[in-house]
Amino acid sequence: MTIAPQSRAPVAPSEPALSVTGVTHTFGARKALDDVTLEAPRGAFTALVGQNGAGKTTLFSLITRLYDNRSGTIRVLGHDVRRDPAAALSQLGVVFQSRTLDLELTVLQNLLYHAALHGIGRREAKERAYVALRRVSLEGRAKDRVRALSGGQMRRVEIARALLHQPSLLLLDEPTTGLDIGSRRTLIEEVRRLIDEDGIGVLWATHLVDEIEVADRVVVLHKGRVMADGTVDELRARAGAEDVGAAFLAVVGADDAEGVVLARRASA
Amino acid sequence: MTIATTAPGVERRITAGGYLVCLGGIVWRESLRFLHQRGRFLSALVRPLVWLFIFAAGFRATLGVSIIPPYETYVLYEVYIAPGLIAMIQLFNGLQSSLSMVYDREVGAMRILLVSPYPRWFLLVSKLVAGIAVSLLQVYAFLLVAYFWDVQPDDPIGYLTVLPALILTGFMLGAMGLAMSSVFKQLENFASVMNFVIFPMFFASSALYPLWRVQQASIPLYEICRYNPFTSAVELIRFALYRQIDWTSLAVVAGCSVVFLAAAIFAYDPSTGLTSRRGGPDAGK
Repeated sequence: MTIAPQSRAPVAPSEPALSVTGVTHTFGARKALDDVTLEAPRGAFTALVGQNGAGKTTLFSLITRLYDNRSGTIRVLGHDVRRDPAAALSQLGVVFQSRTLDLELTVLQNLLYHAALHGIGRREAKERAYVALRRVSLEGRAKDRVRALSGGQMRRVEIARALLHQPSLLLLDEPTTGLDIGSRRTLIEEVRRLIDEDGIGVLWATHLVDEIEVADRVVVLHKGRVMADGTVDELRARAGAEDVGAAFLAVVGADDAEGVVLARRASA
Repeated sequence: MTIATTAPGVERRITAGGYLVCLGGIVWRESLRFLHQRGRFLSALVRPLVWLFIFAAGFRATLGVSIIPPYETYVLYEVYIAPGLIAMIQLFNGLQSSLSMVYDREVGAMRILLVSPYPRWFLLVSKLVAGIAVSLLQVYAFLLVAYFWDVQPDDPIGYLTVLPALILTGFMLGAMGLAMSSVFKQLENFASVMNFVIFPMFFASSALYPLWRVQQASIPLYEICRYNPFTSAVELIRFALYRQIDWTSLAVVAGCSVVFLAAAIFAYDPSTGLTSRRGGPDAGK
C-alpha cells in the first residue's frame, strides 16, 4: 500500500524549500494572516521576524497542517500541503515553540518514537539518532532522561529529532525562547552549520533581531501581513536605517514595534 | 560530515511496512509512558478491587441476584459485578488516554504526532490501539487478583473468549475518549468528565445491578440504562466471560465504536476540524 504514487513526480531543482502564496487565515472575526506570500529557499537562512501575535505561530500551524489553509497555497519543496500532505510533511522538520519532548523518556527513546512516526524502522532509526545527536554534540546523553537536560540541550535534541527523517525544510518557531546567551549562540551556530553542510532550507521565526546576520533573508510579519521581504541589506536600504532593528521599526511603524525593541535591549 | 546514507530531499516512500513501524512506535511510546506512571497502574488496579472487596462484600447480603443469563446458578454478588468493574477499568483507561491527548496538546507532543506524514485517521487509530493494549494489561491484572478472591468464570476458557469482547469494548470506550478529547481545551475539565461522564455512565448501567431490578424501581431509569452503551459493553463482557455472545450488545458496541471513531476523525481532521475553529492548540496561551 502506498500513498498517492502519482504525486511522486521528481521535484524541480529550482523549487524553493517553502513557498507560501496568498494565504489568509481567520479565527472567527480575527484575521491572523492576511494575504501572506513568502519564500524560504534551500540552502539559506530565512528569518521570519515579528512581534508576539504577528501570526508566526498561525503560519507554522498551517505549514505543519495542524489545520488547513482555506485560501492560497503552501508548498514544501513543491508539494502542496493540502493536496499532498504526506509528501510535504515528509520533507518537513519542525521545532515548535513549546517543548515537545517526553520528559520521562530518554533522549534516544524520544528520537526513536519520532523516527517511527516517519516510518523509519528500529535499526536504521538508532543509527540515525546517534548521527543526529553527534551533530548537536549530545551523543553522550542518548541514554539520559530528557528531564535531566538543560533547556538548551533539550532544544538541541529537538533539532536532532527534526533532522532524523532528513527534511529539506527546517522550521523553527522562536527556538531560543528561554535560553541563556551561550546556549542561544550555540544553537544558532549549529543551525547555520546545517545549512552550509546539508543545503537545507531554514525558516527561523523570532522577535529577536540580533539573531539575524547580514547574509540572511528577512521576512517581516506584522499583524498578519508581510511588511517587507528581502535581504538584510535591502531592508536597511529601504528603511534608510543603519541596523536591522531600526529598519524593522521603520517598516512596521515605531509605535507598534515596542516588543521588538524591548527584546533587543534584553538580549543585548 | 553527512548525516546518513541519503541526502536531504530524497523522498521516503510511504509503504505498508512504514504503517506498521508507525503503529508500533505509537504503541511502544504509550506502553513506556504507562510503565513510567506506576501510580496510574496501581490506581487502575486498586479502584475496581475496592469495589470488589468492600462494596460487593457489603452489598452481598442486601442485593440478591436471581438466576439470569448467562448465569445458570445463583452467583455471588462479586461475580455479578466483575464484568461491570472490567468495563469500568476500560472506561477510565479510555478517558485517561483522552486526558493524555489533552495533556499532549498542552505540552505540544500532539503536534509531533500530527506532523507525521501518515494519514491522520491512521494516527488516531494507532493511538486507540495503544490505549486498548494498555487497558488489556490492566483488565487481566484485575482478573488475576479476582481469581484468588474466587471470582472466576465457570470455565477457564472464559478468560480467552472474553478477549475479543475486551478489544471491542476498549475500542468503543477509547474512541469515545478520543472524540471527547477534541472538545476539551484544558486539563481542568477532566474533573467534570468524572462527574458528567464516568459516574452517570457507570451507575446508569447494568454494572452494579441487573436491569430487571432497576425496572422495578423506576421505568424511566430502566429505559436510560437500556440505551446506555456502557450497559452493552458490560453485557458483552459478561456473556463473553461465559463463552456466549450477546448479539444485541455486540451490535450496539460495534455501532457506537464506528460513530465515536468517526466523530474523533472528524474533530481532528485539519480541514473540517475543531482544532482550527477553536484557534488551535496554542489558542489558550
